[in-house]
Amino acid sequence: MEEIFGIPTPLLFGQLLLGLINGAFYALLSLGLAVIFGMLNVINFTHGAQFMMGAFVAWMLLNYLGIGYWWALILAPLIVGLTGVILERTMIARLYKLDHLYGLLLTFGVGLIIEGLFRNEFGSSGMPYRIPPELQGAWDLGFMFMPIYRGWVVVVAIVMCLATWLVIEKTKIGSYLRAATENPALVQAFGINVPRMMTLTYGAGVALAAFAGVLAAPIYSVNPQMGANLIIIVFAVVVIGGMGSILGSVITGFGLGVVEGLTKVFYPEASSTVIFVVMAIVLLARPAGLFGRS
Amino acid sequence: MTDLNRRGLIGGAAATAAFGALPSRQARAQAANTIRIGVLNDQSGPYRDISGPYGVQCAMQAVAEFGNRGFNVEVVNADHQNRPDVGINIARQWYDQGVDVVIDVPTSSVGLAVANVAREKNKAYINTGSATSDLTGAQCSPNTIHWMYDTYMLAKSTGAAMVRAGGDSWYFITADYAFGHALERDTGNFVRSAGGRVVGSVRYPFPATTDFSSFLVQAQASRAKVIGFANAGADTINSIKQAAEFGVTRRGTKLAALLMFLPDVHSIGLETAQGLVLTESFYWDLNDRTRAFTDRMRPRMRDVVPNMASAANYSCTLHYLKAIADMGVAASKASGVEVINRMKAMPCDDDAFGAGTIRADGRKLCPSYLFEVKAPRESRGRWDYYKLVGTTPAEEAFRPLAEGNCAFLRT
Amino acid sequence: MAAPGGFSGTDFKQEEGVFLGFTKAQLLAFIAMVAFIVISPFFLYPVFLMKLLCFALFACAFNLLIGYVGLLSFGHAAYFGMGGYLAGHAAKVWGFSPELSILIGGAVGAALGLVIGWIAIRRQGIYFAMITLAFAQMVYFFCVQAPFTGGEDGIQSIPRGALFGIFDLRSDMAMYWMTAGIFLIGFLLVHRIVHSPFGMVLKSIRENEPRATSLGYRTDDYKLVAFILSAGLAGVAGGLKSIVFGIATLTDVFWTMSGEVVLMSLVGGLGTIFGPVVGAAVIITMQNYLAEFGAWVTVIQGVIFVLCVLAFRRGVVGEIGNWLRVRL
Repeated sequence: MEEIFGIPTPLLFGQLLLGLINGAFYALLSLGLAVIFGMLNVINFTHGAQFMMGAFVAWMLLNYLGIGYWWALILAPLIVGLTGVILERTMIARLYKLDHLYGLLLTFGVGLIIEGLFRNEFGSSGMPYRIPPELQGAWDLGFMFMPIYRGWVVVVAIVMCLATWLVIEKTKIGSYLRAATENPALVQAFGINVPRMMTLTYGAGVALAAFAGVLAAPIYSVNPQMGANLIIIVFAVVVIGGMGSILGSVITGFGLGVVEGLTKVFYPEASSTVIFVVMAIVLLARPAGLFGRS
Repeated sequence: MTDLNRRGLIGGAAATAAFGALPSRQARAQAANTIRIGVLNDQSGPYRDISGPYGVQCAMQAVAEFGNRGFNVEVVNADHQNRPDVGINIARQWYDQGVDVVIDVPTSSVGLAVANVAREKNKAYINTGSATSDLTGAQCSPNTIHWMYDTYMLAKSTGAAMVRAGGDSWYFITADYAFGHALERDTGNFVRSAGGRVVGSVRYPFPATTDFSSFLVQAQASRAKVIGFANAGADTINSIKQAAEFGVTRRGTKLAALLMFLPDVHSIGLETAQGLVLTESFYWDLNDRTRAFTDRMRPRMRDVVPNMASAANYSCTLHYLKAIADMGVAASKASGVEVINRMKAMPCDDDAFGAGTIRADGRKLCPSYLFEVKAPRESRGRWDYYKLVGTTPAEEAFRPLAEGNCAFLRT
Repeated sequence: MAAPGGFSGTDFKQEEGVFLGFTKAQLLAFIAMVAFIVISPFFLYPVFLMKLLCFALFACAFNLLIGYVGLLSFGHAAYFGMGGYLAGHAAKVWGFSPELSILIGGAVGAALGLVIGWIAIRRQGIYFAMITLAFAQMVYFFCVQAPFTGGEDGIQSIPRGALFGIFDLRSDMAMYWMTAGIFLIGFLLVHRIVHSPFGMVLKSIRENEPRATSLGYRTDDYKLVAFILSAGLAGVAGGLKSIVFGIATLTDVFWTMSGEVVLMSLVGGLGTIFGPVVGAAVIITMQNYLAEFGAWVTVIQGVIFVLCVLAFRRGVVGEIGNWLRVRL
């Protein structure tokens, strides 16, 4: 068997692929975070909790209403997005003129509340959620066993990321949005309802997190703290990609997934630290991140 | 202007003081004849479902069943948030303000820290929740009893049984911290001494790992017959969920969850968890006595049955109270070591854990049971998850006294 | 209205210091604080108070950077935690006396601050925060891997020892007075630094760095020194904490601890000298006394943070100061 650095090549391929799949989650989550930061200048620390809510809403839809995975994929982001809209209207909107820190602290607090409430209601050990029958099973790729569901996650994530990028970069709404971040007063003067646009942007960012949550439900434990561990990594992804850069966070998300995957083979103990090593190096070499404009 | 400010400060201080003193003062005045039991566990973190609020309920049940035998019993509880400093602070405060025994205390770092506090203040301490066998080994204390399980017992029961069933080559997926290392080391020893071998292991960062697919694929590539998960809680759940997804078991590889509780199985679901082999020292449907205990607990639980950890709180509280009744409240308040010694001298017997004894090093001896998780079609209803496949008698279940090297026994 | 953009306390007209560089209001508040420290152990639980003082010192150290230089470090757990580990190791394994162990903790914090700070001060704002976070995570990784830290179980049963080898600290009250002493020294030190000519330069960097540079100050050197001082004090606080509790564990190096100290400073009031102390008191009191509410701890904490941001943005001390029109 051929080997690279003492690891059989097929195994290495397998690990690269798995890294890419994990990267899909990082990309989806950091995408939402980047959209919110880019447009609203708010560092949304509730993101992890909203990811968790997505998974739980999917579970609730199934267990209380008998609504399955496919509808949950649409409904859960809408429902959680709506809570995001309410959150933005009632609280976050008051902070736009202030330092980033306040937005961060507020959303951190809201995250704690949501997590605590879910824990009180559903306990901490989590809920079972099955892979939909259409996506069960696995392909034998020769070098590894590839669950169909993981393939689906990558495809959907890429499609979602592309779609979001297209909306923001290529459509009229997107151009309003970008203009509004640069100069809200001027855009408002053109008769565009900037506050409403901000609200919807936040809702959309939150919906993306919830979407990732539904995708995660069948493979990760659906428990109230499932988002808490991810948030700091996802945050690092956004920074490495360049704060507010949509494309940057997507590419970085996938890229870091792969880096992490390789670390899991060569030095598994360091696989959660490697992201921070990368972050330190990137920020020293390129202060505004890989794709950011300083 | 500044007057206002100062008044504000002092007012605040007074409010904190009133809050800080809490019920202890009036309690102290009213009763030298009251035994106070402090249940310290995780009520807002990942181990909440293992004991948490239900663990408190089980202790209260024991108090209710014990009734009034000439002294009052109070149960207080707190959330240590899995932080050693919070845990120590609460334990110290409790002991100083008249709590006679602290029980439960999951999370090894907190469990060990509280043991030191109890020893320093000469109070009684019964740990049920921590897995570390150090509590009766390197860090043993005459003030500590360790109740339902430890890493050694889990490793022995599951490890040896798997090898007997033909699983003679192992690969470990281990959480990179003291508990994971201990579990891997102990299990590896049993596997080897039973004639098996360990072909590899991988240590992953704790608590920052949610995806185990990479490790599972590495484990599969090693061609080991058994993959041992030396981890706990959400990590175990994620590992097993993803092992099913990657079809690990379909090629005949067996999974061994070295530490798993009933709520974890509930969370994975039988569809995915079926066939798993695991060790516990209590199961609600084990025999008539455990079923009777479970029935009595029902009004206190929200659609949940007791698991090993919460049942251990019941069992140890009951035994503790019997010892107090035997030696008298006044004597018990004088010395924690004496209470623990009295508990060791008396045989234990209750519905949850049956008859048992407590060894000189503080190890409570009880049989360990090897369970297999039922397939969905075998399950007759809610919480009917396990079938018993093996029993290790109490005398053999735990690390022999001599191997623990407990310091206070030697002097 | 709070100054948009900035997060420093409202600056009122510069008043002359009347004593030790304190203004009259600050002096009164300081006296009140000292009085509280002296009286409180007789009616509040001393171990709880010691914990509070350790964290208050930690928050003061952190506040030196964010409140007076405008640098938000998101990695202060590294200095706090490493200070704790080294002090614990010195006291337990090397058998050093407590004051020496704590000093070692401080030295380790400062040394770590020198290395990390030297790299981090080249960046500003959120990027500075992220670099400090990144290095703190590497320190955390080191602590998980290094054998002397005892992994998840931490260093247990660290002896309190005897101060200068003479005064036995095993009783809580003795330990309390030592803790209070160290806290007051640290607090006054921060205050002195802030009000020294050096501190004035720091503040000018916070307000307008290019201008400070054009006036001929080598701003990077100033920032680095402030960083080292802050990290060193954080190390002292960590060392003190492990001596008080007899334990040093991973929670103190984890990133949530870095977050916690940010919260303390925010809740108390950034850029106010008493803010971090009050903030630490609020957060630690919550942790301790809310423990009896069990599962509701996180929810109540969250609600308090939300309220702080929406209603008391200057922090407790900032709001009081604003209301009384004095600088605290």
